[in-house]
Amino acid sequence: MSSRWQPRHSLSRQSKTTEKEVAEEEDLANPCCYEPCPFGSLMFGLHSLKPASVFGLVRRAAGLSGITRTTVCQQRSAELHQSGVAMPSARFVSHTTVDPEEVKRFQSLANKWWDEQGEFAALHAMNDLRVPFVRDNLLNVQWEHHPGKPLAGLRILDVGCGGGLLTEPLGRLGANVLGLDPVEDSIRIAQQHLSHDLDLCDQVSYRACTLEQLSGEGNEEQQEQSGEWSEGQFDAVVASEVVEHLADLETFAICCNRVLKPGGSLFITTINKTNLSYALAIVVAEQLLHIVPSGTHDWEKFISPVELERLLESNGFSVQSVQGMMYNPLSGAWCWTNSTAINYALHAVKENHDAEDSCSHPEDVPADKHS
Amino acid sequence: FASRMGYLLYKHISAVNIIKRGCVCAENRGVSDKKEVYDVIISGGGMVGSAMACSLGMDPNLTGKRILLLEAGHKKVMEKVPDAYSIRVSSISPGSATLLSGIGAWEHITKMRCKPYKRMQVWDACSDALITFDKEDLLDEMAYIVENDIIVAAITKQLDTLPDNVQVKYRSKVVKYTWPVFHRTADAVPWVQVTLASGQTLQTKLLIGADGPNSMVRQELGIPTVKWNYDQSAVVAVLRLSEPTENNVAWQRFLPTGPIAMLPLSDTESSLVWSTSPELAEELLELEEESFVDAVNSAFWNNENHSDLIETASSLFRGALSTMTPSAGSPRQLPPSVAGIGPKSRVMFPLGMGHASEYIRQRVALIGDAAHRVHPLAGQGANLGFGDVACLTQLLSQAAFDGKDLGAIQHLLEYETERQRHNLPMMAAIDLMKRLYSTNAAFVVLLRTFGLQATNMLPALKEQIMAYASK
Repeated sequence: MSSRWQPRHSLSRQSKTTEKEVAEEEDLANPCCYEPCPFGSLMFGLHSLKPASVFGLVRRAAGLSGITRTTVCQQRSAELHQSGVAMPSARFVSHTTVDPEEVKRFQSLANKWWDEQGEFAALHAMNDLRVPFVRDNLLNVQWEHHPGKPLAGLRILDVGCGGGLLTEPLGRLGANVLGLDPVEDSIRIAQQHLSHDLDLCDQVSYRACTLEQLSGEGNEEQQEQSGEWSEGQFDAVVASEVVEHLADLETFAICCNRVLKPGGSLFITTINKTNLSYALAIVVAEQLLHIVPSGTHDWEKFISPVELERLLESNGFSVQSVQGMMYNPLSGAWCWTNSTAINYALHAVKENHDAEDSCSHPEDVPADKHS
Repeated sequence: FASRMGYLLYKHISAVNIIKRGCVCAENRGVSDKKEVYDVIISGGGMVGSAMACSLGMDPNLTGKRILLLEAGHKKVMEKVPDAYSIRVSSISPGSATLLSGIGAWEHITKMRCKPYKRMQVWDACSDALITFDKEDLLDEMAYIVENDIIVAAITKQLDTLPDNVQVKYRSKVVKYTWPVFHRTADAVPWVQVTLASGQTLQTKLLIGADGPNSMVRQELGIPTVKWNYDQSAVVAVLRLSEPTENNVAWQRFLPTGPIAMLPLSDTESSLVWSTSPELAEELLELEEESFVDAVNSAFWNNENHSDLIETASSLFRGALSTMTPSAGSPRQLPPSVAGIGPKSRVMFPLGMGHASEYIRQRVALIGDAAHRVHPLAGQGANLGFGDVACLTQLLSQAAFDGKDLGAIQHLLEYETERQRHNLPMMAAIDLMKRLYSTNAAFVVLLRTFGLQATNMLPALKEQIMAYASK
C-alpha cells in the first residue's frame, strides 16, 4: 500500500506531487476511474484527490443516468468553486479515511469497550458531556416536544462508533441511530451489548464499514429501491474522538456532507494540536497516568479548531459552535472549559442551499433533493 | 463505618469497590422476553415504595418507561375515611410534604385527614430542662401528623391515575432474586431477575428495594448492615383528651425508661408513642383503660425523678443563661390531660437501629427502612425515606435525559453518597439522644440539662436543627 501516512504541513506540496504520480499510475490501470467531465476545475479537483477515494462516487456516476452524474458533478464543482482550488493544509490524502494501523490497534482493544473502569473509562465518562452536547443542539432545531424521548424522529449516524458507547445513549433518547466502524470486532461487541435490550434494538443498528462505503452506496440503492440509509438522509452525524485517527480528513468532510440532510448537524469531538495537548494528551494521559492505552493518539494527527473549521467551511458546512473540554484524572470526570487547548467539541451545520435562511428547520426543506 | 467514610473521601478507590460489589450468582436463562423486561421494579409497596413508584411515573423524563411496583399485601383503598383514627402515624416534615404534593398525593391527604402542628416541646423528666421548637410567630406549620394508612391510600389513588406503563401488582410475594453477572458473556442476561411466588419471573434494568427494615433485597445481596436492637419497645395508641383544645403542639418527655410522645391528631384526640422497656411495655398493654390513662398522665406530669441537686444546679444555670440572653427561651407549658383511649386496641413493636453500609449495588438501590431504620423519638423515619425518594427520582430523571442506562452505577453512587451524607449524621444524632436520655446518672443528667437549656437559649441553633429535620 503506497498510502503511508506523512506529516502534513511541511511536506504537503511534496506529497501532492508524489501522490499525483501514483494517481496517474493507477489511472492507467483503471481507465474508467475518472470520467471526463465538462468542468475543468472538477477534473483538477478529481486529480488532486486520490482517485480511489472518489472511485466509488465517480464509477457510479459513470454508470448512472446523466442526470444523476450531473448532479454529483454539480455538487462537487460547487463545493470546489466555493473553496477555491487551493487545498487547505489538509491531511495527506490516502486511499480511504481509514488508517490500517489504527484499525489494528482498535481491534486488539475490542473486548475492553464496555468495561467502565477499563481502558475506555475516559470515553464512558465523556458521555456526560457529549450526549447533552448533541442532544441540546439538536433540540434547538427540533420543534416537536417528545417527553421521555427528546430525539424521537431524528436519524443519526455515529461514525467510528467503536463498541457503541455513544450510539446507545443516543438511541435511548429516541433517535434512530446507525453506528459505523471499520473494525469488525468492535461492531460485533457493540451488537452483542445491544442484543439484550430489545427496546434499544429497534432504535440502534450497526454496520462494519467505512463512511465512504456508506456514502457511496447511497446512490446505487437509490436507484434500486428506496433504501433506508440513502444519501442525505441523516439529521445528524456524530464523529466523536474519530478525526484524530483518520487518514484523510477532506474525504471525511465530503462524505459527511453527502450523507447529511441540508441543514443537518455535524458533531465532532477531538483533540487540539498544541504543545499543551502534546504534554497532556500524549505524555501524561498515555505514558504517565495510563488513562488512555499507550500509542492510541498520534500528535501529528491532531487538528486545531481553526483548521477544522476551515476544512469544514470549505466543504459546505457552517460552524455553529466550538467548546473546550477538559478531563480531570482525579475525579475521572469531564467538564466544559473556555480553553480549546486540549480537547474540544464542535458543532457544524450543513449549509442549506434550497432554503432562504442559513439555519433552516429540517422539516422545512422540501424532499426534492433527489432531483 | 470507618471503611465507608474512607471510600466516600477517596473516589479513586471506587473502582476497587465496584469490583467487590460484583455479582453473587447468576443463572443463565434464555433470551429475555421483551414484554417482561421492566425499566424499574420497586419491591415493597409501603409509604416509601409507593411514593417512589408514583414519583417515577410522574416524571416527564421517564415518560414511557415501564415501572412496576410489587406489593405482597392487598390494595389499600379508602373510599371513606374511617371515623376512628388508626394508631400508626407519622410526622411528615415540610420537605416530605413537598414531595407528596409534587406527586399529587398531598391533595388527597389534606382532603382525607391530616393535622399540622406549630410547636414542639421536649423536656426531661429528671430535671426541668426543656426545649421548644417553633416557627417564628407560630404562623407557619412545623410539620404534619398523618396516619400511615391515609398516606398509602392517597398515593394508591394517585397511582391509579397514571398511564399503563406504571403497573402495580398486589398480592405478589417475591421468593427469589437473581443478580446480574459482573463480566458479561454472550448468553448471560444482564438484568436483575425477580421470581414471584406465582412462579412468574420478571426482569428489570433497575431494582429498587423498599421492603422495610428486614429487607429481603438487602439480605439477599449480603450487604453488611450495622444494626442493634434497642432494649425498648414502642407502645402506640390513640388518646382521647379530657377537653377539646387547640391541639397544635407535639409533646415529648424523656423518661429514664424512654421517651413518651403525644402527637396531635385533632382537637380532641392525640396519638401516643411511648418507647419503654419491653417488660414495661407488656405491662402497659395489659392494664385496664383507666389505669393506662393514669399511667400516661403521670408520665407527663409527674416530677418524682427530680432530685434536689439537679434542681439547684439547673436553676443556677438557667439564671446564668438568662442574664446573658434575657429574651430567649420560651415559657413552659403542660400537655393536655388524657381522659380515655380510642376504640382500636394498643399495640407494641420492638425498636432497633439499622443502617446498611451500602445503599446500592449493580442495578439495585435501597430506599426507606430497607436502608436505614431509626428510633421514633425524632419522628424522622418516614421523612428520611421520602428524602431518599426525592433524591433518587431526581437522579434517575437526569440520567434518563442523558440517555443513560437506568441501572448504571454512576448515578446510583451519587444517590448513595448524597443520602448517606444526609442520613448518617441524623441517625447518629438520634442514637445519641436515645442513649443520653436513657440514664438516671447524675452526671449525665446534669450534662444534658445544661445542654438542653443552652440550646433552648440559642434561636440560631434551634433554627439550624429545625431546618435539617425539615428537609
